[in-house]
Amino acid sequence: MVEEGRAAPGLSLSSRLVIGLTGLLAVGGLVLSLAAFAYGRSAARQAFDRLLVGAANDIAASITIMDGAPVIDLPVSAFELLALARDDRIAYQVSGPGGSVLTGYDDLPRLPAGASDTALYDAAFGGEPARFIQVTRRFAERNFSGQVQVIVGQTLRARTELAFDITRDALLALAVGGLAMLGFAVFVVHRALRPLDRLAREIAARDPRDLTRINASVPREVDTIVQAMNGFIGRLDHQFQTMKRLISDTAHQIRTPVAALRAQADLAIQEDDAVQRARIVETFHGGTVRLSRLLDQILSRALVIHRGDAARRALIDLRDIALDLFEEGDHRHIAPESEIRLGLSDAPVEVMADALSLTEAAKNLLANAVAHGRAPIIIGADRADGMARLWVQDGGEGPPAHVRQEQGRRFASGGAQRSVGLGISIAQAVAEAYGGRLEMENLSEGGFRVTILLPAEEAA
Amino acid sequence: MIHSLRPLAALLMLAVAASAQAQEAVRQFGPADTSASLILRTTTDIAAFAPTVEAFLETRPGLSLRYEQWGSNELFARSARDCAGGIQGADIVISSGVHQIVKLVNDNCGATWVSSQTRAQPASLRWRDQVWGISREPAVMVYNRDLVFASEVPRTRFDLLDLLRPDNSRFAGRVATYDIKRSGLGFLFAYMDSQEATTFGALMEAFARSGAVATCCSAEIIAGVARGDYLIAYNVLGSYAAESAAADPSLGIVAPEDYTLILSRAAFLPGAAPNPEAGAFLDFILSTEGELSMVGSQLVMSPANAIGIDENAGEMTHQRLIHLGPQLLVAMDHMKADRFLALWQQAFSGGER
Repeated sequence: MVEEGRAAPGLSLSSRLVIGLTGLLAVGGLVLSLAAFAYGRSAARQAFDRLLVGAANDIAASITIMDGAPVIDLPVSAFELLALARDDRIAYQVSGPGGSVLTGYDDLPRLPAGASDTALYDAAFGGEPARFIQVTRRFAERNFSGQVQVIVGQTLRARTELAFDITRDALLALAVGGLAMLGFAVFVVHRALRPLDRLAREIAARDPRDLTRINASVPREVDTIVQAMNGFIGRLDHQFQTMKRLISDTAHQIRTPVAALRAQADLAIQEDDAVQRARIVETFHGGTVRLSRLLDQILSRALVIHRGDAARRALIDLRDIALDLFEEGDHRHIAPESEIRLGLSDAPVEVMADALSLTEAAKNLLANAVAHGRAPIIIGADRADGMARLWVQDGGEGPPAHVRQEQGRRFASGGAQRSVGLGISIAQAVAEAYGGRLEMENLSEGGFRVTILLPAEEAA
Repeated sequence: MIHSLRPLAALLMLAVAASAQAQEAVRQFGPADTSASLILRTTTDIAAFAPTVEAFLETRPGLSLRYEQWGSNELFARSARDCAGGIQGADIVISSGVHQIVKLVNDNCGATWVSSQTRAQPASLRWRDQVWGISREPAVMVYNRDLVFASEVPRTRFDLLDLLRPDNSRFAGRVATYDIKRSGLGFLFAYMDSQEATTFGALMEAFARSGAVATCCSAEIIAGVARGDYLIAYNVLGSYAAESAAADPSLGIVAPEDYTLILSRAAFLPGAAPNPEAGAFLDFILSTEGELSMVGSQLVMSPANAIGIDENAGEMTHQRLIHLGPQLLVAMDHMKADRFLALWQQAFSGGER
């Protein structure tokens, strides 16, 4: 079932490479075979054309003029030269002025008059394709003047065979080279992908609870994957730790008030006096209200922490957070009598953060001030020393020293101060999630201020 | 294909035969009533080649063979005419006029036949898989033992020249050789001599001066020597000489020690496509069995069976095998042949009868 929905693995890299290379080699091989064949044919043609030229010149040189007529003493050497093309038939003809055939075959194809003194051409000889040469020798003797033409031809068997041999040898070399390349490529890919196999084995062999970074030495290309995986594992680990903390905090903080409520409920059941019972119920109610607020805060903290990891950051003006909080007016329900003011700078106070988390943090600080502080309460946002500040101020002394010392601890002990500590801890968690910190100070002119300091974004 | 053409070819042959009855002898081999029959045209004496033909037909019951014996020039002319006319005159042609057969093959008159036997032939005795050399016969000098002293017997051509040199030589007018105008084989031997060595010029001159005799045909020449008409015959085919010498002890044979021409009769299958039976016959001739039967009839000479040939005949270093190949076309060039014949004519004009 684990495999369900898993994307089918694509073609292996080796297969892709082999297919690609095979295609390349096939196309290249085709081009090269055509080239090899063309080369073989031209090489064979050149080689055997030379035989023709040699033989024709040999015959032409054997022509002498006797008694006013050309006489040919056909040289055997010319035919021995042509016989180097072992299985080819030989055509020859010597003709005098006016095309009269002096000796040789009577009906050989000739070139039209005006051709150069030595010209090669293709024609048929006895129903077989052949290559011919026509050589013209001019005589200017006392008793004979004119030209004698020598035509020598040869069928093409040896040429074809040589061209075929050359092509075949070239193709053989090509095939061997291609296969070697293919094999080598597969080998190289196999070697190059070995780190991936190693990585996969290492991950598969991991303990499920082991969320430490993968520390494998891998090639640079694969290292980006490992880095990404490490980032992913890091986030996973952080989330996991947060959840653990949240669960343990919640259990810890809920246990005591719930036990108190239960004790009071027990008392109420046993109490017969109606007046006394009504008092107990009142206390019970107060307890549930505090518990409910505590739960709110716990959930809000969980939310804030979750968003700190998961929510996308956006450019936020802290003055908007303060203003929204002021206008929302939740505090008026809690403490209608309290007087709240705004203290905003004129310039934008921009940070990269999550608006909901900041609002939640500020709301907790305001709730603390309303619940425990004294008027006047001021919500403010401004910039100082390159830091953006979102602060809540009241006219009181601030929480007792031990609460401040526990700042940063995940929970605080003891009755009413517990929610103070929790609110501060939420604000602090938010501040730290966005790279800032929480500061508490007693002002010299009187009053207490809690400030969320965040790195300011320079206004564009 | 060829079989279906046979009746037509036979009719045409009859028509032609009336005008050109040129074969010297005909003999039918094999049973009379056979479905398949081969026509062999050859310059070889029937008696010499009959054992080989009979040995072949023994392996092929149901096949008969018509053996036509021809003169080499007539055989060439007839084959060329058949080729030009597209007539399947013969199924296989074997001629001692090797240059003539090469010319026919160069004119695309021969069919291609490839078998393990033909492939086993040396390259010098095979051309285009259309013509093959089948025999090994030396060109020898024959002399009359009764009339020529042992000390006079020419071992080389130089010895022959020396015999003819004196003005009053008793060999004058009593040396015979082929008439190369009438014998294709004679022409070939003379041509090869002219190619082989400068002695040929001197020999021609000596023949001319001493009134040597040019006449036709191995049998007549050898008979003339046996009778004592001629003392010495030059360039006689060794196979016939050896056979005659076996019957007549007065005949002596010398394979010239300066060089001995070796003729390998050329066989080819006329037509565009070979008759498979003719191909089988060729394969048999080239096989060990065929060669053995030809050794028996002296058509294949080897040191072991060179009966009657004087010592040294088998020495390979003196042998000049006539190679099959297009270079023999030069011998067929009519201008070359005309000049060669004119020269020859000049030499023998006094001696010819």
